[in-house]
Amino acid sequence: MNRFDFLRPASVAEAVAAAAEPGSAYLAAGTNLLDLMKIGASRPERLIDISRLPGLDRIEWLADGSVRIGAMVRNADLAYDARLAKAFPSVAEALLSGASAQLRNAATVGGNLMQRTRCAYLQDTASACNRRVPGSGCDALYGENRLHAVLGWSENCIAIHPSDFCVPLVALDAVVEVEGADGRREIVVDDLHRLPGATPEKETALAPGELIVGLRLPAAAAAFSANSRYLKLRERTSYAFAVVSAMAALRIEDGTISEARLALGAIAAKPWRVREAEAALLGVTPSVEAFARAAEIALAEARPSGDNAFKIELARRITVRALTLALEGTPAVMPALPASPFSTDPGASHVA
Amino acid sequence: MSLSISLTINRQSRTVTLDDPRVTLLDLLREHLYLTGTKKGCDRGQCGACTVLVDGRRINSCLSLAASLDGAEITTIEGLAVGEALHPVQAAFIACDGFQCGYCTPGQIMSAVGLIAEGRAGSDPERIRELMSGNLCRCGAYQGITEAVLEAQKTMTAEKGRDAA
Repeated sequence: MNRFDFLRPASVAEAVAAAAEPGSAYLAAGTNLLDLMKIGASRPERLIDISRLPGLDRIEWLADGSVRIGAMVRNADLAYDARLAKAFPSVAEALLSGASAQLRNAATVGGNLMQRTRCAYLQDTASACNRRVPGSGCDALYGENRLHAVLGWSENCIAIHPSDFCVPLVALDAVVEVEGADGRREIVVDDLHRLPGATPEKETALAPGELIVGLRLPAAAAAFSANSRYLKLRERTSYAFAVVSAMAALRIEDGTISEARLALGAIAAKPWRVREAEAALLGVTPSVEAFARAAEIALAEARPSGDNAFKIELARRITVRALTLALEGTPAVMPALPASPFSTDPGASHVA
Repeated sequence: MSLSISLTINRQSRTVTLDDPRVTLLDLLREHLYLTGTKKGCDRGQCGACTVLVDGRRINSCLSLAASLDGAEITTIEGLAVGEALHPVQAAFIACDGFQCGYCTPGQIMSAVGLIAEGRAGSDPERIRELMSGNLCRCGAYQGITEAVLEAQKTMTAEKGRDAA
C-alpha cells in the first residue's frame, strides 16, 4: 500500500474543502477502497475519512412518503429497516444478496454506489487497464472475460458494474444528493454510472471532489411493493457477485399490468434499466409469453465482448424468472437465501 | 505522521499511537497489541478469519483502517471467555466438532457471536448457513459449525430466559 495522509474532517464542508486537493479520496468503510489500495490498484495520496461525519447515518421518512438515506448508513442497517423493506422490498433483497454479513455491517450506501468494477485486469497492476491507466489498453478484451459486459461496452473497456443494490435503485428512480465545491446538486442514479465509450476512466458523473451525502427513493416507487423481486445468479449460492441479475416490479390492476419496472445487473458498466421492455408490458395481461417478449426486447442490443455469449441467454431467463416471481407477489418474509433462484423454497416456510 | 486513537479492546481502554495510517485493525491487534487470536487469512475480506466485533457488530478487521476507529469498542476471540469459563459459542464449537485445523475458528466463533446477537436466523439452518457465508472453512467443517451455532443460540436463549426469570 502506498503512503498517504489521513484526514479526519469534522463536517461535510470540511471534507469537501479537503478533497479539492488532487490525489484525494474519500474513505467510508473502506471495504472496496482498502482492498484496491492493498494491491496497488488504487493509490490515493490523501484519505479523507468521512465514516464519522455527523448527520450522514440516518434514514429519514419525508412527509411525501419518500425516504432519504444518509450516505453512511450501513448496508445491513438499511436492509433490515422494517419500513424500508416493506415499501421497497427489492432494495432490501438486493442488499441482503450482496457480500457477507460482515461486509454488510461495514459497507455504506455511498460506498456501494461508488464501488469499482471487480474486473481482474483493473486489479492486476501488471495488466493493461484503461480505467486504471488511461490509454494503456484493455487486457480483458483478450483475457478471461466470461463474466464481462454484453451491453454498453466498448473496445476500450468491457468491465461490468458489480452492485446488486444499484439495480433496484435505477429501476425505482432513486436520486443521489451530492455536495461539491459548487454546492449541492442531485443526480438520478441511472445517470451516476457511465458507460465506457472512449473514456472508461470516467466511471461516474461526479466531478472531482464531489461527495455523495444521501440517497432518495421517491414515494411513487412504493407502489410496486406488492410485486417486486430481485434475482441474482451466482457461481456459488452465497457471498458471490452476480453473473447476471434482474430486478422486476409490477403494478397489476384488473388483471393487467398498469406499470412495470425492469433493470438488469452485471451485464454492463452500469446497472441497466430497460425502459423499452417496461413499456412493452404496459396494459398487457401477464403471462410467460409476455415476459419472454420483454426479455427479448431487454437484450435485443446485447452482444458478447468475449467468452460470454451465454450471459445473454442467462439474462433473458433471469428476466423472465424475476418477472414471474414478481407477479406471484413479494414474499411475506425475506427468503432464507435472498435473491437466489435456487432457493429450495422461495420464502414462507423459512419463517424463523 | 502519527495519530493517536482511543479504543476499548476486550473491555480494557487503550490509547494507541499509530505511526503509520496504513495499519488495519487486524494488523493493530496482531502486530502491535499481540492479540494473535484474530487470524489473517486472505487479508482481502474474502475469508472471514479476521472477524471481530466493532461496537458489537461483526466486521472484517482486515478491511478496516485502525485510524478510522477512534472511540470504538472492539471484542476479539480473547475477550469471550471469562477466566476459565468458555463463552457458550466456544463451548458449542467444541461440543459439535465445529472445526478441524482450527485456523478459521476464531473468525467463525466471532461471526457466530455476531450472528446470534443480530437475531435474524432463528433456528433455520439454511438462514444460519447463509448468514455465516462470510466465513470460509477449508477443512469443510460446515456441518459442525452450523450445529454449533444452533446449539449456542439455544444455550444463550435459555440463559437469557433464566436471567429474566
